[in-house]
Amino acid sequence: MDGSENHGRGPTGATPEQIDVESYASLYSGHTKIARLHFIADHSNSRNLELEALRMALDEIRKGENTVLFKECVEKINGRLGPGYGLDQEWIDTVERRAAQRQEKLEMELNGYRTNLIKESIRMGYNDLGDFHYARGDLQQAFKCYVRTRDYCTTSKHIIAMCLNVILVSIELGHFVHVSNYVSKADQTPDVQDPVVLAKLKCAAGLAHLESKKYKLAARKFVDTNFELGSNYSDVIAPQDVATYGGLCALASFDRAELKSKVIDNINFRNFLELVPEVRELIHDFYASRYASCLGYLQKLKPNLLLDIHLYDHVETLYEQIRHKALIQYTNPFISVDLNTMASAFKTSVTGLEKELAALITENQIQARIDSHNKILYARHADQRNTTFQRVLQTGSDFQRETRAMLLRANLMRQDFVMKGNRKQP
Amino acid sequence: MDALDQLVAQVQALSGSEQDVAHLSSLLKQADELLRTHALRLPFSLSSLHPTKHSLGYLYLLEAQSSGTLTREQSDSFLALASSFLTVCAPEQIRLAPDKFNSVCRRLRDQAMHLHEPMRAILPLQCAIRKLQPSSEYLTAIHADYLQMCLLSKCYKASLSILEDDIFEIDQKKTSLVPRDFLLYCYYGGMIYIGLKKFSKALEFFQHAITAPTTALNAITIAAFGKYVLVSLIQNGQVPPFPKYTPAVVLRNLKSCVQDYLDLANLYASRNIAEVKRCITQHEEVFKNQDNNLGLAKQVIASLYKRNIQRLTQTYLTLSLQDIANTVQLDDEKDAELHILQMIKDGDIFAAINQKDGMVSFQEDPEQYNTCDMTQRLNNEIHHIVCLAKKLTWVDEQVSCDHAYLSKIGRDRPRYDEDFDLVPQKIYTNI
Repeated sequence: MDGSENHGRGPTGATPEQIDVESYASLYSGHTKIARLHFIADHSNSRNLELEALRMALDEIRKGENTVLFKECVEKINGRLGPGYGLDQEWIDTVERRAAQRQEKLEMELNGYRTNLIKESIRMGYNDLGDFHYARGDLQQAFKCYVRTRDYCTTSKHIIAMCLNVILVSIELGHFVHVSNYVSKADQTPDVQDPVVLAKLKCAAGLAHLESKKYKLAARKFVDTNFELGSNYSDVIAPQDVATYGGLCALASFDRAELKSKVIDNINFRNFLELVPEVRELIHDFYASRYASCLGYLQKLKPNLLLDIHLYDHVETLYEQIRHKALIQYTNPFISVDLNTMASAFKTSVTGLEKELAALITENQIQARIDSHNKILYARHADQRNTTFQRVLQTGSDFQRETRAMLLRANLMRQDFVMKGNRKQP
Repeated sequence: MDALDQLVAQVQALSGSEQDVAHLSSLLKQADELLRTHALRLPFSLSSLHPTKHSLGYLYLLEAQSSGTLTREQSDSFLALASSFLTVCAPEQIRLAPDKFNSVCRRLRDQAMHLHEPMRAILPLQCAIRKLQPSSEYLTAIHADYLQMCLLSKCYKASLSILEDDIFEIDQKKTSLVPRDFLLYCYYGGMIYIGLKKFSKALEFFQHAITAPTTALNAITIAAFGKYVLVSLIQNGQVPPFPKYTPAVVLRNLKSCVQDYLDLANLYASRNIAEVKRCITQHEEVFKNQDNNLGLAKQVIASLYKRNIQRLTQTYLTLSLQDIANTVQLDDEKDAELHILQMIKDGDIFAAINQKDGMVSFQEDPEQYNTCDMTQRLNNEIHHIVCLAKKLTWVDEQVSCDHAYLSKIGRDRPRYDEDFDLVPQKIYTNI
């Protein structure tokens, strides 16, 4: 269990919304639905939530062909949900038999196509085989099959289809390097007009950047995603997620101008933000310097975000960055700031605030000095003239030292004045 | 009249003009054997010679007399004789026999150490250096011995006049110098500057020692590097990386010999006083006994406190003594107050202590760089740099006229158009 979990209560005492598993799960389809439900079950604190998630997961698995996942899920449930959710060996056997038959058939057909050397059929054959393995949960094989179709793609549509398939499998495998590669491949394909496809590619790229902690790039990709995406990519990401990921990353990494132009004034992204009003509110609060309210929203959202499979290990970092930005932005316009007022604006204690500010000053993010006696922060601007004089004197003496050393060394070498190893020294 | 008396007479006769002295020099070189066999009679012969007029002859005799072990009385008298000789000898004459001269100086040093009176050797050796050097930029073999004597007798200031001369010229023929002398000069020079607390000059000297061209790692370089690490921590708070002209041998092998010092440097970077103290006690064996650096190591700890307090001045305008004590890991307020008082006195920080509130307020450096003194200082610096630049141009010209350089350049250049050919293809090699 994640150590930073709070037991359903935020630090301010308000109860954050308990995640509604059913409505959450309805946003997704396919493998990601199951994966997300499992994640919630593993990481949540309340038993009810866990059982609810597992129940829905098992229901979803039954609709598919993945027997391995079925067994795993049943183990996790451990009989707690009653007889309907136990190890259904009959179902397993039926599915296995069916799968074996289908696999045989597909492979035979594929061999046939290969001997006939009809490109399109071979491509479709590999594609179908890839789909089959994917449904069975054999991701590595699915990946291989999809990649093999590349040699037989003839039109850009084919290439796009291949890229999207590979991206899907890679995201599930967690191989985000491949995701980036194939997104760029797809981007380079000529004649890609479909806005849905473009939006899908942007989301995939955004996810890849998020995983590699490049929050600014991730934010850019997410805010540029076309709203036409809708629920077309529900087997990877929901539009609510685009809003959340994009909003948080933007807040943590964009400067004020970029935040205004790319997020607040961005009509397209506004549609996404409508789906998650808290994120919309918190961005507007930040921009309008209502920090207490903004940080309050963040705390409310936190427990649910920790249950998200893509975001959970970035939540802490993003929150820290947002908080730092808030502190810096607060102190920016003032010559002097009373720490007591600032502490109440940020809902923290004066000592804590002082420590945070000291850390930011040491990293040179804030140019100021703290008057610890009176608890005031004074802005400080370096005296350029003095610094220049100091640098001049320093450079002068450095130059002299270096030149002297060099002249000496040049003479040593000229005279071949080298300390040799084995000679007996007098 | 036997051979020795003959020799003495020749010395007396031929010490007049320059050619005579040259002739005398060759005679004396051959007479080495002779002098050694008659060692016992030499004191008498010496008394008949005058140290200034007959410097060269005196030198040879003195040298021959002091070879071999001496009794305490003999040492004493040798010391006296040699001291007076070195102070009054004639530079032109002794420059003809630099190796003998060095040998006498070395004996002087040995005897002074033997008698545990290093201070006696200081003045004579200082004169000796001045006499042997063609100009103040030359390094001699005596420099190292002289500095060693100053160190042993703790007369640091005396050596300043010699140390402050910038050394540029190394001429083996004129001064009979070996690389070991140069390394020792750098090492002892650095140690004297440490004694005088001029850490930046000490760093310069140690860096010379480390970067001197060499094909084999030696103990002097290792010792110098140890001190270099400690002094750079005290002065700059970090150890700079090796400059790119450090000899490859040093780069490869030095790290394995000085692991303790490098550990200390790494821990210093973490700014944690407790860790640094622990490291020093751990390696106390090495610091104290092997290298005699324990005093320096303790200064490193003191400098870490200072540096931590200085960092506080960057963040705070006023801070309570208690907070300072906590942040810098000092024991209590009193300790913090003492530290800060000392730093204000030394000019390391600018602050005022308010004892009533227990607060310290940090101020800006009041230096405005607008006084006459500052202008004067800037002027001097500019002047120095201009001189240095002139010297640099002169050396550059020298090199461009150098035979070896020209032949290499001529060979490597491709054939250009006749009009643009600045260096003729065929270099006259029969110079």
